[in-house]
Amino acid sequence: MEPPRGQGLVHGHAKERISIKKTRFASLASVAAAGALALALAGCGSGGSSTTTSDGSASANGSSSYQVSMVTDMGGVNDQSFNQLTWEGLQELEKETGIKVGYTESKQESDYATNVDKAVDQGSNLVWGIGFAMDSAIQTAAKQNPDVNFAIIDNAYDESDLTDNLTGVTFRTQEPSFVVGYIAAMTSETGKVGFVGGMQNDIIGTFEWGYRAGVAYANKKAGKNVEVTTQYLETFTDAAKGKAAGQKLYSDGCDVVFQAAGNAGNGVIETAQDAGKYVIGVDKDQYSQAPDNILSSALKRVDKAVIEISKQASEGEDIGGKNVELGMSDDAAGISEHHEHMSDEVYQAAQDLIEQIKDGTLTPPSTEDAYNTFVAGL
Amino acid sequence: MLNNLLLLIGITLMYSTPLVFGALGGVISERAGVVNIGIEGMMTVGALAGAAVSFFTGNAWLGFIAAGLAGAAFAVLHAVAAVTFKADQNVSGIALNLLGPGIALFAARLFWGGGTQSPSIETLPKILGKGALAGTPWANLNVDVTVIIGIVAAIAVWFVLYRTKWGLRVRAVGEHPAAADTLGINVGRIRFTCVVLSGMFAGFGGASITLAIISQFTQTAVAGQGFIALAAVIFGKWTPHGAYGACLLFGAAQALVIILGGGVVPVPSELLACLPYVLTLVVLVLFVGRSVAPKADGVPYEKGVR
Repeated sequence: MEPPRGQGLVHGHAKERISIKKTRFASLASVAAAGALALALAGCGSGGSSTTTSDGSASANGSSSYQVSMVTDMGGVNDQSFNQLTWEGLQELEKETGIKVGYTESKQESDYATNVDKAVDQGSNLVWGIGFAMDSAIQTAAKQNPDVNFAIIDNAYDESDLTDNLTGVTFRTQEPSFVVGYIAAMTSETGKVGFVGGMQNDIIGTFEWGYRAGVAYANKKAGKNVEVTTQYLETFTDAAKGKAAGQKLYSDGCDVVFQAAGNAGNGVIETAQDAGKYVIGVDKDQYSQAPDNILSSALKRVDKAVIEISKQASEGEDIGGKNVELGMSDDAAGISEHHEHMSDEVYQAAQDLIEQIKDGTLTPPSTEDAYNTFVAGL
Repeated sequence: MLNNLLLLIGITLMYSTPLVFGALGGVISERAGVVNIGIEGMMTVGALAGAAVSFFTGNAWLGFIAAGLAGAAFAVLHAVAAVTFKADQNVSGIALNLLGPGIALFAARLFWGGGTQSPSIETLPKILGKGALAGTPWANLNVDVTVIIGIVAAIAVWFVLYRTKWGLRVRAVGEHPAAADTLGINVGRIRFTCVVLSGMFAGFGGASITLAIISQFTQTAVAGQGFIALAAVIFGKWTPHGAYGACLLFGAAQALVIILGGGVVPVPSELLACLPYVLTLVVLVLFVGRSVAPKADGVPYEKGVR
């Protein structure tokens, strides 16, 4: 089974926060235990104990009777990340095709199943679940509503769980990671680049090994000898830890660091600004956060993915019963357009790499084993 | 070696500063006899207020002050519930922890076009100015100005608690409010003031994250620091200096995790992530020993009841 990709960057917070709290306080006085409970509650509530959901049903401006809706995870539709990007994609879809679109926001995990049911009741033909955390809610709904299509971002289901109306969508994040790895190695003057991961797992592994392969590729092709130092934070939320990791890498001589660590990664960006070094953004284009220091960003285009797959479904194509893996060849992954901190040659070479990845002549590795094979074959 | 040592010091100070403010807040409140587990919520409100004011005025110092005021204002809720109405202090603290992130998120969405995080904002300066000593290992010692404010605040709290008449009264109220009352001390007023002060410190703590460690407000900017700060209060035996030391220890443990990670012989990061907790346990058992709370901590004061 393909691991769910990238979701940990954004969607894993609440659970992680709760479990850390529990371990931290197991040994302390009851006051602290009560505190941990409070945090657990706060984590579930994620911005208030409200369980209300809001609907953003947009009216159709075309004649299509097809209806697509999305259910957000706890980030909400304005999370400046996945949910927002998905919603923007759906709005574009509506403009383009007249397909009716709408969303339902989840305030806590227990809302997922209810909200998915609600979307079905509103007559949706296709329901999107955003984020791996919704896997079981979407799967259950798919079983109960065989006439409605269901799709999920960042989760791949086991063969046995895939019903005919269920689609798992994941991203080949190793592809943009590879390209930014190449850019990092070509831009580095110290011969050292860094990687900061949120948690050591298969998902973040695709970023690390893709990135390492990009560096190895640059070393081989340009006769360089750039080293990669990695640091895992074991958190997606603690920006101070991200900042500390950044300080460590930059003071060890790295001059470019790629961070795939969610909000903790903001700490790395912060250090890059303090140290006047380069940092590479992840998932969305983080350029605006630090225009002087963001060398590039490894993008995951969720919007493209929902537009493409929703379109196929509305045209009567059978999208169900399979896991779809999207990458650069589907325009569902890429790098930032901003490239003023690298030379034109490097940017051009990166574009060439993207073309090679698109036409399949270059396949970036997503695991350590694949990486070793890749490097041996260079 | 020198590099790593300076890095260790720099990270320790950076990491411990928000905890220091939170812990000082906890010490003040609990020494007066009011349990304050709402530090986390107060820090979140402070983090938001600091970021928002800095964003709209472009002045991080105004943001820092606003964070203290916002934290104090938010703490009034706890003071009214726990002191004026003598409600269960744990319940009201938990309520604050639920309410704080909710308010912060709501306000963030109002301020920043529905988003849950702010754009980059103006931050507080470093002690030697931004970019000073860059490229040398000594740059690690160019810490945020909040580190210094934290040390000064800790000394100030120690001085007030142990060297002033008012501090003696605060401690008396926390140990034996009935005795203090018979001597003419207004127990309710002292406790109310201390809770509001603790909110102010917690607010500073929140702002020392969003105005120094990261330059924006995010939903997870305060993710548990308030509770670690409370642990530091207990660890430090309810004294400002003890709590400060505990915060440094927690910070140093995190710094060690970073410095030992990603080396030539990488230690598994999952194991390293346990280090702060193991270290805390060891220090607690070996060096700290029994930690006794102020006697009247958590007990609402009823006049005339013995």
